[in-house]
Amino acid sequence: MQYMLLIYADPNVQPQPGTPEFGTMMKGYADFSQHVQDDGKFVAGNALEDAPTATTVSVRGGETTLTDGPFAETKEHLGGYYLLDCTDLDEAVKYAAMIPSATHGRVEVRPVMVFD
Amino acid sequence: MLPLHSLQSIIQQLVREEWGRILASLIKTLGDFQLAEDCLQDAIVTAMDRWPKNGVPDTPAAWLITTARRKAIDRLRREASFAAKELDIAYLNDLEQRAEGEDESGTIPDKRLEMLFTCCHPALDEKTRIALTLRALGRLTTEEIAAAFLDRTDAMAQRLVRAKKKISLAGIPYEIPGEDILPDRIVSVLKVIYLIFNEGYSATTGEALTRTDLSEEAIRLARIMWSLLPEEREIGGLLSLMLLHDSRRRARLSAEGHMVPLEDQNRTIWNKGRITEGISILKDILPKPKTGPYQVQAAISAVHSESQSWEETDWPQIVALYDLLHRIEPSPIVRINQAIAVSYAHSVDEALAMLDDTASDGALDRYQPYHAARADLLSRSGNAQAAIENFETAIQLSGNTRERAFLEKKLRNCSS
Repeated sequence: MQYMLLIYADPNVQPQPGTPEFGTMMKGYADFSQHVQDDGKFVAGNALEDAPTATTVSVRGGETTLTDGPFAETKEHLGGYYLLDCTDLDEAVKYAAMIPSATHGRVEVRPVMVFD
Repeated sequence: MLPLHSLQSIIQQLVREEWGRILASLIKTLGDFQLAEDCLQDAIVTAMDRWPKNGVPDTPAAWLITTARRKAIDRLRREASFAAKELDIAYLNDLEQRAEGEDESGTIPDKRLEMLFTCCHPALDEKTRIALTLRALGRLTTEEIAAAFLDRTDAMAQRLVRAKKKISLAGIPYEIPGEDILPDRIVSVLKVIYLIFNEGYSATTGEALTRTDLSEEAIRLARIMWSLLPEEREIGGLLSLMLLHDSRRRARLSAEGHMVPLEDQNRTIWNKGRITEGISILKDILPKPKTGPYQVQAAISAVHSESQSWEETDWPQIVALYDLLHRIEPSPIVRINQAIAVSYAHSVDEALAMLDDTASDGALDRYQPYHAARADLLSRSGNAQAAIENFETAIQLSGNTRERAFLEKKLRNCSS
Protein backbone atom coordinates (compact mmCIF):
# COMPACT_ATOMS: atom_id res chain seq x y z
CA MET A 1 0.00 0.00 0.00
CA GLN A 2 1.13 3.54 -0.63
CA TYR A 3 0.94 6.06 2.17
CA MET A 4 1.30 9.82 1.93
CA LEU A 5 3.12 11.24 4.92
CA LEU A 6 2.21 14.93 5.11
CA ILE A 7 4.54 16.95 7.30
CA TYR A 8 3.03 19.90 9.16
CA ALA A 9 4.98 22.27 11.35
CA ASP A 10 4.70 25.74 12.81
CA PRO A 11 7.40 27.84 11.08
CA ASN A 12 7.88 29.81 14.30
CA VAL A 13 8.50 26.71 16.35
CA GLN A 14 10.66 24.65 14.02
CA PRO A 15 14.47 25.09 14.01
CA GLN A 16 15.54 28.27 12.19
CA PRO A 17 18.18 28.31 9.42
CA GLY A 18 21.61 29.20 10.75
CA THR A 19 21.12 27.51 14.13
CA PRO A 20 22.80 24.22 15.09
CA GLU A 21 19.31 22.74 15.59
CA PHE A 22 18.53 23.45 11.95
CA GLY A 23 21.65 21.56 10.89
CA THR A 24 20.64 18.60 13.06
CA MET A 25 17.18 18.60 11.52
CA MET A 26 18.48 18.73 7.94
CA LYS A 27 20.90 15.91 8.70
CA GLY A 28 17.95 14.01 10.17
CA TYR A 29 16.00 14.45 6.93
CA ALA A 30 18.95 13.32 4.81
CA ASP A 31 19.34 10.24 6.99
CA PHE A 32 15.63 9.50 6.90
CA SER A 33 15.48 9.81 3.09
CA GLN A 34 18.43 7.45 2.80
CA HIS A 35 16.85 5.07 5.29
CA VAL A 36 13.53 4.74 3.44
CA GLN A 37 15.38 4.34 0.14
CA ASP A 38 17.57 1.59 1.60
CA ASP A 39 14.47 -0.15 2.95
CA GLY A 40 12.91 0.01 -0.49
CA LYS A 41 9.92 2.03 0.75
CA PHE A 42 10.59 5.37 -0.93
CA VAL A 43 8.33 6.40 -3.81
CA ALA A 44 8.64 10.19 -3.68
CA GLY A 45 9.35 12.98 -1.26
CA ASN A 46 9.98 16.70 -1.26
CA ALA A 47 10.17 19.75 0.88
CA LEU A 48 7.84 22.61 -0.07
CA GLU A 49 8.47 26.34 -0.15
CA ASP A 50 6.90 28.38 2.66
CA ALA A 51 3.13 28.66 2.94
CA PRO A 52 3.10 32.35 1.88
CA THR A 53 4.31 31.21 -1.56
CA ALA A 54 1.14 29.15 -1.97
CA THR A 55 -1.59 30.00 -4.43
CA THR A 56 -4.98 28.42 -3.95
CA VAL A 57 -7.04 27.79 -7.07
CA SER A 58 -10.78 27.27 -7.31
CA VAL A 59 -13.12 27.08 -10.28
CA ARG A 60 -16.74 28.15 -9.75
CA GLY A 61 -19.19 28.54 -12.59
CA GLY A 62 -16.38 28.18 -15.09
CA GLU A 63 -14.46 31.00 -13.52
CA THR A 64 -11.04 30.46 -12.07
CA THR A 65 -10.25 32.32 -8.89
CA LEU A 66 -6.83 32.52 -7.33
CA THR A 67 -6.28 33.17 -3.65
CA ASP A 68 -2.96 34.27 -2.24
CA GLY A 69 -1.87 31.82 0.44
CA PRO A 70 -2.69 28.29 1.54
CA PHE A 71 -6.19 26.82 1.61
CA ALA A 72 -6.46 26.92 5.37
CA GLU A 73 -4.83 29.53 7.59
CA THR A 74 -3.44 27.47 10.43
CA LYS A 75 -0.42 27.79 12.64
CA GLU A 76 1.02 24.58 11.29
CA HIS A 77 1.85 24.63 7.60
CA LEU A 78 2.31 21.78 5.19
CA GLY A 79 6.07 21.81 4.72
CA GLY A 80 6.81 18.64 2.83
CA TYR A 81 5.80 15.07 2.15
CA TYR A 82 6.96 11.54 1.62
CA LEU A 83 5.17 8.97 -0.46
CA LEU A 84 6.09 5.53 0.90
CA ASP A 85 5.23 1.99 -0.03
CA CYS A 86 4.46 0.13 3.20
CA THR A 87 2.86 -3.19 4.09
CA ASP A 88 0.39 -1.72 6.55
CA LEU A 89 -0.46 1.26 8.74
CA ASP A 90 1.84 0.08 11.53
CA GLU A 91 4.81 0.26 9.19
CA ALA A 92 3.78 3.66 7.82
CA VAL A 93 3.40 4.98 11.38
CA LYS A 94 6.82 3.61 12.29
CA TYR A 95 8.39 5.65 9.47
CA ALA A 96 6.27 8.72 10.19
CA ALA A 97 7.63 8.75 13.73
CA MET A 98 11.19 8.86 12.34
CA ILE A 99 10.58 12.11 10.45
CA PRO A 100 12.53 14.87 12.25
CA SER A 101 9.63 17.36 12.22
CA ALA A 102 7.44 14.86 14.09
CA THR A 103 9.20 15.97 17.28
CA HIS A 104 7.90 19.56 17.02
CA GLY A 105 5.18 19.36 14.33
CA ARG A 106 2.87 16.59 13.18
CA VAL A 107 2.83 14.04 10.42
CA GLU A 108 -0.49 13.06 8.89
CA VAL A 109 -0.50 9.55 7.44
CA ARG A 110 -3.00 9.01 4.63
CA PRO A 111 -3.47 5.92 2.50
CA VAL A 112 -3.37 6.63 -1.22
CA MET A 113 -6.69 5.83 -2.83
CA VAL A 114 -6.64 2.86 -5.15
CA PHE A 115 -8.93 2.97 -8.18
CA ASP A 116 -9.73 -0.49 -9.44
CA MET B 1 -37.79 -32.11 15.27
CA LEU B 2 -37.37 -29.29 17.75
CA PRO B 3 -40.07 -26.70 18.12
CA LEU B 4 -39.22 -23.53 16.24
CA HIS B 5 -38.90 -21.20 19.22
CA SER B 6 -36.41 -23.44 21.03
CA LEU B 7 -34.42 -23.86 17.83
CA GLN B 8 -34.27 -20.11 17.48
CA SER B 9 -33.01 -19.73 21.01
CA ILE B 10 -30.39 -22.42 20.31
CA ILE B 11 -29.21 -20.47 17.28
CA GLN B 12 -29.23 -17.22 19.23
CA GLN B 13 -27.20 -18.74 22.01
CA LEU B 14 -24.76 -20.30 19.58
CA VAL B 15 -24.33 -16.96 17.85
CA ARG B 16 -23.73 -15.20 21.17
CA GLU B 17 -21.16 -17.78 22.28
CA GLU B 18 -19.35 -18.21 19.01
CA TRP B 19 -19.86 -14.87 17.28
CA GLY B 20 -16.39 -13.51 18.05
CA ARG B 21 -14.57 -16.68 17.09
CA ILE B 22 -16.50 -17.12 13.84
CA LEU B 23 -16.22 -13.47 12.85
CA ALA B 24 -12.50 -13.36 13.63
CA SER B 25 -11.85 -16.37 11.45
CA LEU B 26 -13.96 -14.95 8.61
CA ILE B 27 -12.17 -11.60 8.68
CA LYS B 28 -8.86 -13.41 8.41
CA THR B 29 -9.87 -15.28 5.26
CA LEU B 30 -11.92 -12.51 3.66
CA GLY B 31 -9.61 -9.67 4.64
CA ASP B 32 -12.56 -7.34 5.11
CA PHE B 33 -14.32 -6.59 8.39
CA GLN B 34 -17.60 -5.34 6.93
CA LEU B 35 -17.90 -8.10 4.34
CA ALA B 36 -17.25 -10.73 7.01
CA GLU B 37 -19.90 -9.31 9.31
CA ASP B 38 -22.50 -8.94 6.56
CA CYS B 39 -21.93 -12.48 5.34
CA LEU B 40 -22.08 -13.90 8.84
CA GLN B 41 -25.45 -12.16 9.29
CA ASP B 42 -26.61 -13.69 5.99
CA ALA B 43 -25.45 -17.12 7.12
CA ILE B 44 -27.39 -16.77 10.38
CA VAL B 45 -30.53 -15.90 8.41
CA THR B 46 -29.97 -18.99 6.26
CA ALA B 47 -29.49 -21.12 9.37
CA MET B 48 -32.79 -19.87 10.79
CA ASP B 49 -34.43 -21.02 7.58
CA ARG B 50 -32.63 -24.34 6.98
CA TRP B 51 -32.00 -25.85 10.38
CA PRO B 52 -35.69 -26.28 11.29
CA LYS B 53 -36.09 -28.37 8.11
CA ASN B 54 -32.77 -30.21 7.94
CA GLY B 55 -31.79 -30.32 11.59
CA VAL B 56 -28.92 -28.60 13.36
CA PRO B 57 -25.57 -29.59 11.82
CA ASP B 58 -23.02 -31.49 13.94
CA THR B 59 -20.65 -28.56 13.99
CA PRO B 60 -22.89 -25.50 13.77
CA ALA B 61 -20.05 -22.98 14.01
CA ALA B 62 -18.15 -24.59 11.13
CA TRP B 63 -21.39 -24.70 9.13
CA LEU B 64 -21.90 -20.96 9.69
CA ILE B 65 -18.34 -20.21 8.61
CA THR B 66 -18.60 -22.27 5.45
CA THR B 67 -21.96 -20.76 4.59
CA ALA B 68 -20.75 -17.23 5.29
CA ARG B 69 -17.74 -17.80 3.08
CA ARG B 70 -19.94 -19.02 0.22
CA LYS B 71 -22.08 -15.91 0.66
CA ALA B 72 -18.93 -13.83 0.42
CA ILE B 73 -17.89 -15.55 -2.80
CA ASP B 74 -21.36 -14.87 -4.23
CA ARG B 75 -21.19 -11.23 -3.20
CA LEU B 76 -17.74 -10.75 -4.64
CA ARG B 77 -18.81 -12.41 -7.91
CA ARG B 78 -21.86 -10.18 -8.16
CA GLU B 79 -19.89 -7.04 -7.41
CA ALA B 80 -17.31 -8.08 -9.97
CA SER B 81 -19.85 -8.49 -12.76
CA PHE B 82 -21.64 -5.27 -11.83
CA ALA B 83 -18.45 -3.34 -11.94
CA ALA B 84 -17.47 -5.22 -15.11
CA LYS B 85 -13.99 -5.45 -13.77
CA GLU B 86 -11.59 -8.29 -13.77
CA LEU B 87 -11.70 -9.98 -10.42
CA ASP B 88 -8.87 -11.90 -8.95
CA ILE B 89 -10.15 -15.34 -9.93
CA ALA B 90 -7.27 -17.05 -8.18
CA TYR B 91 -8.34 -15.40 -4.94
CA LEU B 92 -11.92 -16.59 -5.31
CA ASN B 93 -10.79 -20.10 -6.18
CA ASP B 94 -8.54 -20.14 -3.18
CA LEU B 95 -11.39 -18.94 -1.02
CA GLU B 96 -13.71 -21.62 -2.39
CA GLN B 97 -11.17 -24.33 -1.83
CA ARG B 98 -10.67 -23.27 1.72
CA ALA B 99 -14.41 -23.28 2.18
CA GLU B 100 -14.51 -26.88 0.89
CA GLY B 101 -11.49 -28.05 2.86
CA GLU B 102 -12.81 -27.03 6.23
CA ASP B 103 -16.25 -28.53 5.80
CA GLU B 104 -15.64 -31.71 7.74
CA SER B 105 -12.99 -30.81 10.28
CA GLY B 106 -15.17 -28.45 12.32
CA THR B 107 -12.14 -26.82 13.93
CA ILE B 108 -11.98 -23.06 13.65
CA PRO B 109 -8.58 -21.41 13.78
CA ASP B 110 -8.67 -18.91 16.62
CA LYS B 111 -8.09 -15.40 15.29
CA ARG B 112 -9.73 -13.52 18.14
CA LEU B 113 -6.46 -12.10 19.36
CA GLU B 114 -5.75 -10.58 15.94
CA MET B 115 -9.24 -9.12 15.96
CA LEU B 116 -8.77 -7.71 19.46
CA PHE B 117 -5.56 -5.94 18.45
CA THR B 118 -7.23 -4.55 15.32
CA CYS B 119 -10.28 -3.29 17.23
CA CYS B 120 -8.07 -1.62 19.86
CA HIS B 121 -5.63 -0.12 17.36
CA PRO B 122 -4.43 3.31 18.49
CA ALA B 123 -5.26 4.76 15.06
CA LEU B 124 -8.94 4.53 16.08
CA ASP B 125 -10.40 6.87 18.64
CA GLU B 126 -11.04 5.54 22.09
CA LYS B 127 -14.82 5.35 21.99
CA THR B 128 -14.63 3.63 18.62
CA ARG B 129 -12.17 1.07 20.02
CA ILE B 130 -14.59 0.30 22.85
CA ALA B 131 -17.62 0.04 20.59
CA LEU B 132 -15.83 -2.04 17.98
CA THR B 133 -14.43 -4.43 20.58
CA LEU B 134 -17.86 -4.91 22.10
CA ARG B 135 -19.42 -5.50 18.69
CA ALA B 136 -16.75 -7.79 17.28
CA LEU B 137 -15.82 -9.88 20.29
CA GLY B 138 -18.62 -9.21 22.65
CA ARG B 139 -22.08 -10.55 22.67
CA LEU B 140 -23.64 -7.12 22.39
CA THR B 141 -25.67 -5.87 19.46
CA THR B 142 -25.26 -2.38 18.04
CA GLU B 143 -28.51 -1.37 19.83
CA GLU B 144 -27.15 -2.63 23.15
CA ILE B 145 -23.84 -0.83 22.71
CA ALA B 146 -25.64 2.39 21.78
CA ALA B 147 -27.86 2.05 24.85
CA ALA B 148 -24.86 1.49 27.08
CA PHE B 149 -23.29 4.74 25.89
CA LEU B 150 -26.57 6.65 25.69
CA ASP B 151 -26.01 7.07 21.97
CA ARG B 152 -28.57 6.79 19.24
CA THR B 153 -28.45 3.44 17.49
CA ASP B 154 -27.95 4.98 14.06
CA ALA B 155 -25.09 7.14 15.34
CA MET B 156 -23.42 4.10 16.88
CA ALA B 157 -24.01 2.05 13.71
CA GLN B 158 -22.42 4.82 11.68
CA ARG B 159 -19.43 4.97 13.99
CA LEU B 160 -18.93 1.23 13.55
CA VAL B 161 -19.24 1.40 9.76
CA ARG B 162 -16.71 4.26 9.59
CA ALA B 163 -14.30 2.33 11.78
CA LYS B 164 -14.51 -0.80 9.65
CA LYS B 165 -13.94 1.32 6.56
CA LYS B 166 -10.89 2.92 8.10
CA ILE B 167 -9.46 -0.45 9.10
CA SER B 168 -9.73 -1.63 5.54
CA LEU B 169 -8.71 1.57 3.69
CA ALA B 170 -5.92 2.71 5.99
CA GLY B 171 -4.41 -0.75 6.14
CA ILE B 172 -4.73 -1.32 9.87
CA PRO B 173 -3.14 -4.76 10.14
CA TYR B 174 -5.08 -7.84 11.22
CA GLU B 175 -2.20 -9.47 12.98
CA ILE B 176 -0.60 -9.99 16.33
CA PRO B 177 1.78 -7.01 16.51
CA GLY B 178 5.52 -7.58 16.17
CA GLU B 179 7.59 -7.76 19.30
CA ASP B 180 8.79 -4.16 19.06
CA ILE B 181 5.26 -2.78 19.40
CA LEU B 182 3.53 -5.67 21.19
CA PRO B 183 3.97 -4.30 24.75
CA ASP B 184 2.39 -0.95 23.78
CA ARG B 185 -0.45 -2.67 21.97
CA ILE B 186 -1.20 -4.92 24.92
CA VAL B 187 -1.42 -1.78 27.07
CA SER B 188 -3.85 -0.31 24.53
CA VAL B 189 -6.10 -3.40 24.56
CA LEU B 190 -6.04 -3.68 28.35
CA LYS B 191 -7.02 -0.03 28.64
CA VAL B 192 -10.04 -0.62 26.40
CA ILE B 193 -11.08 -3.65 28.45
CA TYR B 194 -10.70 -1.70 31.71
CA LEU B 195 -12.69 1.23 30.30
CA ILE B 196 -15.47 -1.17 29.36
CA PHE B 197 -15.39 -2.58 32.88
CA ASN B 198 -15.45 0.83 34.52
CA GLU B 199 -18.23 2.05 32.28
CA GLY B 200 -20.24 -0.83 33.69
CA TYR B 201 -18.93 -0.58 37.22
CA SER B 202 -19.05 3.11 38.04
CA ALA B 203 -22.56 3.38 36.58
CA THR B 204 -22.23 7.06 35.85
CA THR B 205 -25.01 7.08 33.31
CA GLY B 206 -27.52 4.79 31.72
CA GLU B 207 -29.54 1.82 32.74
CA ALA B 208 -28.10 -0.31 35.51
CA LEU B 209 -28.72 -3.67 33.84
CA THR B 210 -26.87 -2.86 30.61
CA ARG B 211 -24.07 -1.55 32.74
CA THR B 212 -23.61 -4.82 34.62
CA ASP B 213 -23.42 -6.54 31.25
CA LEU B 214 -20.50 -4.32 30.32
CA SER B 215 -18.52 -5.37 33.37
CA GLU B 216 -19.29 -9.03 32.68
CA GLU B 217 -18.20 -8.52 29.12
CA ALA B 218 -14.92 -6.92 30.15
CA ILE B 219 -14.14 -9.84 32.46
CA ARG B 220 -14.94 -12.26 29.66
CA LEU B 221 -12.70 -10.37 27.22
CA ALA B 222 -9.82 -10.42 29.68
CA ARG B 223 -10.29 -14.17 30.13
CA ILE B 224 -10.20 -14.72 26.37
CA MET B 225 -7.15 -12.52 25.94
CA TRP B 226 -5.27 -14.18 28.77
CA SER B 227 -6.04 -17.66 27.48
CA LEU B 228 -4.48 -16.61 24.17
CA LEU B 229 -1.47 -14.77 25.68
CA PRO B 230 -0.82 -16.67 28.90
CA GLU B 231 2.70 -15.29 29.27
CA GLU B 232 1.50 -11.69 29.58
CA ARG B 233 0.96 -11.35 33.30
CA GLU B 234 -0.55 -7.87 33.17
CA ILE B 235 -3.60 -9.42 31.50
CA GLY B 236 -3.93 -11.67 34.55
CA GLY B 237 -3.37 -8.60 36.72
CA LEU B 238 -6.25 -6.76 35.08
CA LEU B 239 -8.49 -9.84 35.25
CA SER B 240 -7.75 -10.20 38.96
CA LEU B 241 -8.34 -6.48 39.56
CA MET B 242 -11.71 -6.57 37.80
CA LEU B 243 -12.80 -9.72 39.65
CA LEU B 244 -11.91 -8.18 43.01
CA HIS B 245 -13.71 -4.92 42.22
CA ASP B 246 -16.67 -6.83 40.88
CA SER B 247 -16.87 -8.91 44.07
CA ARG B 248 -18.11 -5.75 45.82
CA ARG B 249 -20.76 -4.89 43.27
CA ARG B 250 -23.71 -5.63 45.56
CA ALA B 251 -22.15 -3.98 48.59
CA ARG B 252 -21.16 -0.70 46.96
CA LEU B 253 -24.69 0.55 46.34
CA SER B 254 -27.30 0.93 49.04
CA ALA B 255 -30.92 -0.12 48.56
CA GLU B 256 -31.68 3.51 47.67
CA GLY B 257 -28.97 3.46 45.01
CA HIS B 258 -26.47 5.50 47.02
CA MET B 259 -22.75 4.87 46.81
CA VAL B 260 -21.40 3.02 49.84
CA PRO B 261 -17.68 3.57 50.44
CA LEU B 262 -15.43 0.60 51.10
CA GLU B 263 -15.26 1.72 54.71
CA ASP B 264 -18.99 1.19 55.28
CA GLN B 265 -19.62 -1.79 53.04
CA ASN B 266 -21.22 -4.94 54.36
CA ARG B 267 -18.37 -7.34 53.71
CA THR B 268 -20.53 -10.44 54.22
CA ILE B 269 -22.24 -9.82 50.88
CA TRP B 270 -19.00 -9.58 48.92
CA ASN B 271 -18.89 -12.27 46.26
CA LYS B 272 -16.57 -14.94 47.71
CA GLY B 273 -16.17 -16.79 44.43
CA ARG B 274 -14.90 -13.67 42.68
CA ILE B 275 -12.49 -12.93 45.56
CA THR B 276 -11.09 -16.45 45.62
CA GLU B 277 -10.51 -16.43 41.87
CA GLY B 278 -9.00 -12.94 41.85
CA ILE B 279 -6.57 -13.73 44.67
CA SER B 280 -5.58 -17.10 43.26
CA ILE B 281 -4.70 -15.50 39.91
CA LEU B 282 -2.64 -12.91 41.73
CA LYS B 283 -0.80 -15.46 43.87
CA ASP B 284 0.13 -17.23 40.69
CA ILE B 285 1.54 -14.23 38.82
CA LEU B 286 2.92 -11.87 41.48
CA PRO B 287 6.06 -13.84 42.41
CA LYS B 288 7.30 -13.68 38.81
CA PRO B 289 9.48 -10.76 37.71
CA LYS B 290 8.29 -7.53 36.07
CA THR B 291 5.25 -6.41 37.99
CA GLY B 292 2.89 -4.11 36.11
CA PRO B 293 0.44 -1.48 37.37
CA TYR B 294 -2.68 -3.67 37.09
CA GLN B 295 -1.05 -6.35 39.20
CA VAL B 296 -0.18 -3.85 41.93
CA GLN B 297 -3.68 -2.37 41.88
CA ALA B 298 -5.08 -5.89 42.14
CA ALA B 299 -2.76 -6.55 45.06
CA ILE B 300 -4.07 -3.44 46.85
CA SER B 301 -7.62 -4.56 46.21
CA ALA B 302 -6.73 -8.03 47.49
CA VAL B 303 -5.48 -6.62 50.80
CA HIS B 304 -8.94 -5.11 51.30
CA SER B 305 -10.64 -8.32 50.20
CA GLU B 306 -8.72 -10.35 52.75
CA SER B 307 -9.48 -8.03 55.64
CA GLN B 308 -12.43 -8.74 57.95
CA SER B 309 -13.12 -5.04 58.47
CA TRP B 310 -11.93 -1.56 57.53
CA GLU B 311 -10.21 -1.23 60.93
CA GLU B 312 -8.32 -4.50 60.58
CA THR B 313 -6.93 -3.58 57.13
CA ASP B 314 -3.18 -4.07 56.74
CA TRP B 315 -2.56 -0.36 56.08
CA PRO B 316 1.26 -0.44 56.10
CA GLN B 317 1.06 -3.07 53.35
CA ILE B 318 -1.27 -0.80 51.33
CA VAL B 319 1.04 2.19 51.80
CA ALA B 320 3.96 0.08 50.51
CA LEU B 321 1.95 -1.10 47.49
CA TYR B 322 0.95 2.46 46.57
CA ASP B 323 4.59 3.40 46.80
CA LEU B 324 5.44 0.61 44.35
CA LEU B 325 2.60 1.68 42.07
CA HIS B 326 3.82 5.26 42.09
CA ARG B 327 7.28 4.10 41.08
CA ILE B 328 5.88 2.12 38.13
CA GLU B 329 3.28 4.68 37.06
CA PRO B 330 3.48 8.04 38.82
CA SER B 331 0.17 9.90 39.07
CA PRO B 332 -1.54 12.27 41.52
CA ILE B 333 -4.42 9.87 42.20
CA VAL B 334 -1.94 7.24 43.38
CA ARG B 335 -0.42 9.74 45.81
CA ILE B 336 -3.87 10.81 47.04
CA ASN B 337 -4.83 7.20 47.73
CA GLN B 338 -1.50 6.59 49.36
CA ALA B 339 -2.03 9.60 51.64
CA ILE B 340 -5.35 8.14 52.76
CA ALA B 341 -3.62 4.84 53.56
CA VAL B 342 -0.90 6.76 55.43
CA SER B 343 -3.57 8.42 57.56
CA TYR B 344 -4.58 4.99 58.88
CA ALA B 345 -1.13 3.42 58.93
CA HIS B 346 0.60 6.38 60.60
CA SER B 347 -1.25 9.61 61.29
CA VAL B 348 -3.69 12.07 59.74
CA ASP B 349 -1.14 14.90 60.02
CA GLU B 350 1.44 12.93 58.08
CA ALA B 351 -1.19 12.20 55.43
CA LEU B 352 -2.16 15.89 55.15
CA ALA B 353 1.47 16.86 54.73
CA MET B 354 1.85 14.31 51.96
CA LEU B 355 -1.31 15.55 50.24
CA ASP B 356 -0.22 19.19 50.39
CA ASP B 357 3.17 18.22 49.05
CA THR B 358 1.52 16.46 46.07
CA ALA B 359 -0.66 19.50 45.35
CA SER B 360 2.03 22.13 45.89
CA ASP B 361 2.34 22.94 42.15
CA GLY B 362 -1.36 23.84 41.89
CA ALA B 363 -2.07 21.13 39.32
CA LEU B 364 -4.73 19.55 41.54
CA ASP B 365 -6.69 22.75 42.23
CA ARG B 366 -9.56 21.58 40.01
CA TYR B 367 -9.20 17.89 40.82
CA GLN B 368 -12.23 16.52 42.68
CA PRO B 369 -10.55 13.49 44.37
CA TYR B 370 -7.93 15.79 45.90
CA HIS B 371 -10.51 18.02 47.55
CA ALA B 372 -12.61 15.06 48.69
CA ALA B 373 -9.58 13.35 50.24
CA ARG B 374 -8.41 16.56 51.88
CA ALA B 375 -11.88 17.25 53.28
CA ASP B 376 -11.98 13.78 54.76
CA LEU B 377 -8.57 14.09 56.40
CA LEU B 378 -9.35 17.57 57.76
CA SER B 379 -12.63 16.46 59.26
CA ARG B 380 -10.86 13.54 60.95
CA SER B 381 -8.25 15.89 62.36
CA GLY B 382 -11.04 18.01 63.88
CA ASN B 383 -10.69 20.95 61.50
CA ALA B 384 -14.38 21.11 60.56
CA GLN B 385 -14.37 24.55 58.94
CA ALA B 386 -11.57 23.76 56.50
CA ALA B 387 -13.15 20.36 55.82
CA ILE B 388 -16.45 22.00 54.85
CA GLU B 389 -14.70 24.27 52.38
CA ASN B 390 -12.98 21.32 50.72
CA PHE B 391 -16.18 19.29 50.60
CA GLU B 392 -17.94 22.21 48.91
CA THR B 393 -15.22 22.48 46.28
CA ALA B 394 -15.31 18.70 45.72
CA ILE B 395 -19.09 18.79 45.26
CA GLN B 396 -18.74 21.62 42.77
CA LEU B 397 -16.22 19.63 40.76
CA SER B 398 -18.12 16.33 40.78
CA GLY B 399 -19.77 15.28 37.53
CA ASN B 400 -21.54 12.23 38.88
CA THR B 401 -24.88 12.33 40.69
CA ARG B 402 -24.18 9.39 42.98
CA GLU B 403 -20.79 10.72 43.89
CA ARG B 404 -22.19 14.17 44.55
CA ALA B 405 -24.93 12.75 46.78
CA PHE B 406 -22.25 10.86 48.68
CA LEU B 407 -20.14 13.99 49.19
CA GLU B 408 -23.16 16.04 50.21
CA LYS B 409 -23.97 13.50 52.89
CA LYS B 410 -20.42 13.73 54.20
CA LEU B 411 -20.67 17.50 54.20
CA ARG B 412 -23.87 17.34 56.26
CA ASN B 413 -22.22 15.01 58.78
CA CYS B 414 -19.34 17.42 59.00
CA SER B 415 -21.51 20.52 59.50
CA SER B 416 -23.73 19.04 62.18
